[in-house]
Amino acid sequence: MTEPSTWEQILDFSHRANPYPLYAELRKTPVTLLPDGSYLVSTYAEISSLLHDPRVSSDVSLNPAAAEAGAGGEAGMSPTFLNMDPPDHDRFRRIAMRNFGPPHAPGRVAGLEPRMAEIVAELIDDLQGKTRIDIVDDLAYPLPVTVICELLGVPPGDERRFRVWVDAALESTDPRLDSEAQQQKRVEAGQELRAFMEELVETHRQSPGNDLLSAMDSDDGPEGRMPAEQLVGTGLLLLIAGHETTVNLIANGALTLLRHPDVLHRLRNDPDLVIPMVEELLRYEPPVHFVPFRTALDNIDIGGTTIPKGAGITLVLAAGNRDPEQFPEPDLFIPERKNNGHLGFGGGIHLCVGAPLARLEAQIALTEFALRLQNPRLVTDPPPYRPSPFLRGPRHLAADIDGVAVPTPGKEPGLTPQTR
Amino acid sequence: MRLVVDLTRCQGYAQCAFLAPDVFSIQGDEALVYDAAPDQAQHRKILRAAASCPVQAIQLDRVDEPGEPDEPPRPGDVRKIAPAEGDGRGATLQRTGRIVIVGASLTGLRAAERVREEGFSGSLTVIGDEPFAPYDRPPLSKQALTGWVPPEQTALPRRRRIDADWRLGVAATGLDLAAKELNLADGTRIGFDKLLIATGLRARSWPNPTEAALHGVLTLRTSADAALLRQMLDARPRRVLVIGAGFIGSEIASVCRELGLPVTVAEAGAAPLGAALGGVIGAIAGDVQRENGVDLRCGVRVTSLEGDAAGRLRRARLSDGTTLEVDVAVAALGAVRNVEWLAGSGLACGVWGVACDAGCRAFDANGVVTDNIFVAGDVARAPQPMFGYQFLAIEHWGNAFTQAEVAAHNMVSSEAERWPHLAVPKFWSAQFGNEIKSVGVPSAADEVVIAQGSVSQRRFLAVYGYKGRIVAAVAFNQNKWLDFYESLIEQAAPFPPSFHHVDEPAARQPVPAGFRPMASPTQDATVVVTGHAPSERRATLMHHPRFP
Repeated sequence: MTEPSTWEQILDFSHRANPYPLYAELRKTPVTLLPDGSYLVSTYAEISSLLHDPRVSSDVSLNPAAAEAGAGGEAGMSPTFLNMDPPDHDRFRRIAMRNFGPPHAPGRVAGLEPRMAEIVAELIDDLQGKTRIDIVDDLAYPLPVTVICELLGVPPGDERRFRVWVDAALESTDPRLDSEAQQQKRVEAGQELRAFMEELVETHRQSPGNDLLSAMDSDDGPEGRMPAEQLVGTGLLLLIAGHETTVNLIANGALTLLRHPDVLHRLRNDPDLVIPMVEELLRYEPPVHFVPFRTALDNIDIGGTTIPKGAGITLVLAAGNRDPEQFPEPDLFIPERKNNGHLGFGGGIHLCVGAPLARLEAQIALTEFALRLQNPRLVTDPPPYRPSPFLRGPRHLAADIDGVAVPTPGKEPGLTPQTR
Repeated sequence: MRLVVDLTRCQGYAQCAFLAPDVFSIQGDEALVYDAAPDQAQHRKILRAAASCPVQAIQLDRVDEPGEPDEPPRPGDVRKIAPAEGDGRGATLQRTGRIVIVGASLTGLRAAERVREEGFSGSLTVIGDEPFAPYDRPPLSKQALTGWVPPEQTALPRRRRIDADWRLGVAATGLDLAAKELNLADGTRIGFDKLLIATGLRARSWPNPTEAALHGVLTLRTSADAALLRQMLDARPRRVLVIGAGFIGSEIASVCRELGLPVTVAEAGAAPLGAALGGVIGAIAGDVQRENGVDLRCGVRVTSLEGDAAGRLRRARLSDGTTLEVDVAVAALGAVRNVEWLAGSGLACGVWGVACDAGCRAFDANGVVTDNIFVAGDVARAPQPMFGYQFLAIEHWGNAFTQAEVAAHNMVSSEAERWPHLAVPKFWSAQFGNEIKSVGVPSAADEVVIAQGSVSQRRFLAVYGYKGRIVAAVAFNQNKWLDFYESLIEQAAPFPPSFHHVDEPAARQPVPAGFRPMASPTQDATVVVTGHAPSERRATLMHHPRFP
C-alpha cells in the first residue's frame, strides 16, 4: 500500500484540526501536479500571481474536474459570476453589488454596524446564567445568518428551513463520502434550495422591500436588471457564502483567542486591536482554505514548472498565508502584524464580495466575546471540525464561562448597540 | 488625522469605501478619491479601511507629529554642526554625519524617513521653498477642486519621527561641490556630507507675461494654486478654458464637468493625453471628454488671452478663428524642472533634469559620477536599463516614492550594499469617473493593441510594444490585471501577446501607437529584470533575443 500523498492527507478528515504542517510540506513544491492532471499552487507569490493572471479562467464549464464533481451542475448555485470570466463576470458582479456597496450604495455595509452590535448584544445577553456555551451555535452562526437574511430579505424563521439543505450541500464536499453519494446529496439539497429561493424571489417580486433581492429584481441600473435565470443562483450564492464562511471566521477567531489568553487580555483593554487582529485571523486561520476549479487557458510558466493549457488549478490560499517568504514568523499569531497582505479573501477580480461584511461582523463579535464573557475556557482542544477541507471551521466550540458581564457602552462607543 | 493612498498600488477593491464611506469614495468602477485630512471621529473606521486594503496602499500617521514641521524654521538660525570625522564613511557617517535634503515634498519626506529607518542618527536637514510641511499633490487636480477636500489639507502622513531641522520657505540658491556647502535664499550656508537633490518641478506658465498676469489666468502645481483655482470655480465662471490636454488639463476639465461648469479644452496635438498614451488611446480619452460635455478642440492653439480694464480675463482667441468668453484659463502646459539653482555647480543638469546613475548618484558635467550627491524624484534623470539605458526623467508619484527610498538607502550604505532603481514606471489618472492606469513606458512604443475588454464600454487593457517586445500596458477601469502585464514588461515578453486569456476582444490587431517621433536615441528591450526586493532586483542583459 502506498503512502498517501500530502494532498490526500490534507483532504483526510483526520488532519482537519491542524493541516498546517502538511501545507508546509506542500510548499516545498510550489506548483504540484496531481494524479488527475490538475495542479496545486501553495506558495504566496505564485498564488498571488495566478489570481491576477488573465490566462487563468474561473469558468467551471472549462474545468474537467469540476464537471466530474458536478460543481457546475444542479447544485442551484450555478451559474453565477463566481464561476464566470469577464466580461460576463464583471457585469453580473456589478449588478449584484449595485445595491450592496460603492459606488451606488456606499454606506450600506458601514450602516449595518449598529444593527450588528445589537444582534451580538442580544446573543450574549441570552447566555446569562449558563456556565457552558457553544460558541458556534450561540454566536458564530446566528450573527452572520441573521445579518445576511435581513440584508437579502429572507424572513426570520426561514433559516430553520434552509439550514438543513445548506448543511447537506456542504457535507457533500466531505471527501469521505464516495462520489455517487456526494452527487446524490448535492442534487437533493440543490433542488430544495433552488425551490426555496425561487419562491422567495417570487414573494419579493410581488411585494418588494428595501433589500438586496428586491433591488436585484427590480432595479434598472445602467446595465439592466439581473436576468431571471441569474437571480436565483446569485441569491443562493449571497445567502450561503454570505454566512457560512463568516461562521468559520468568528469560530476560528474565538478558538484562536482561547488558545492565546494574552491576546484575549490585550483585546479587553484595547478594543481597536480587533481591527488588525481579524486580518491576522484571515491569514492564520482563514475560513476558506483553497480556491478549486480554476483552469489554464494557455501554457503558464510558474514556480519552475509549466501548467499546460486546459489543466485545472487549485490555489491553496491557506498554505500561501503561512509562506515564510512572505510573512515573517508565519506560524505565529501576531494580532498587530503589519503589511498583512493575506489571501484570506482571495484576490484579483473575484475577491470576496462579502469581505467588508465579514470583517465588521467578526470585529464586533470578537470584541464583545472578549469584553463580556468572563473567564472563558476551552472544553476540548481541538474541537470537533466540520467535514469540509476547504470551508474549514469547528462544528461546535464548547467553552466554560464564569458569567456574562453587562455591556460597557463607555468602553466601546462605536460598537454600542442603539436603543430600540 | 493625515493619510495618503498609494494609488500606484491601489487596485480599486473598494474595501476602504465600504468601511469608511465618508472618507473614501469610489467613482465609476475603481477610481478612488479620499479625504486626506479626515475628522478624528472617523478614526476607527479609517483603521478598519487601512487594515482591510488587500494591497496595503493606505498610509496613516504612525507617529503623533503635529501637522506643522516638528521644528519650525527660525529666521537667522543657522545650525552649527561639527564636520564629520574622516571622510564620513560607514559607521561614522551613520552616527555623526550630516545629510541635507533639498526639496520638502513627497521625495524629500520619504527619503528623510528612510535614512532614519536605516539607522542614520546624524544631523538631518530638509530644505523646501514652500512654507508648508510636505503635502500630497495628486488630490489638487481632483477632490481638492470639487470642494470635497480643502486644498490646503493634503499634508502627507508621517511613518516615523524624522527629527530633522526643517528649513521651510527658504529656497536653495547654489551648490558648492568643493566646499560641500549649500547656499540658501536667506543668505545662510549649510555644510553636508551627503546631499539629496529633490527639487522637483514647477508648472510651466503661460508664455506671454502680460496675459499670464491677468486675474483668472493660472497654473496648477501647488496647494496655493489649487486654493486659488478652487475659489475661482466656486464663483461659477461663465466658462473655463483649459490650455493643454495632458493629465492635469484633463483632470481639471473633469472637475469642471462634475461641477456643471462649461469647459473648453484646447490641445495643440491631435488628441488628449497624446504625449503619454499615444494617438490611439488618446483618441479614446478624447471621446470620453466629449461624451461628458467637454468642448474639446484638438489641433487648436490659444493665440491670445484678453482682459478688461481691471485686469480680469474676459476672453480667449483660438487658432481655429473662434473667440471664447471665459473667466478662467488654466495653462496646463507641463512642467519645468527646478535646476536653475544648480547652474555653475558643475553637475550634469539641464532642462531634462539632473543626470544620475541607476543608484541615484549625480553625474558631474563631465559624466563622472559623484560620491556624495544624490538625486531623486521628478528632477532626476536616470538610465533605465529596461528601456535601452536611456536616461528617463519620470514625473510620477510612484517614482518619487521608490526612487527616494533607493537614494536614501544608498546614501547611508557602503558600495557593496547599494541598490539600483529598477522599478517599472507607473502612473494613474482619475477623470470622468474612469481610472486610467499605466505600467511601463508607453511613449517608448511603436505599436499598440487592445488586449482585453471593450473600448466601447470603457473597460479595456491596451498593451504597447516596441520592436516585438512588450514595453507598457494601460488599463481603463481594468487595473486588477496590470500586475500581470508588469511582469511581462520586466521579462521583455514578445509583442503582440499571442497567448489565450479571459475577455479576448474579437480582433487583436496591433496598430501604430501614434506617438510623435522622439528626438532621443532609439531604445530597445535589452534586459530582463529579476528579483522582487530592492536588494535583489537585477537587470540581466539579453545577449540574444529569446524570441524570434
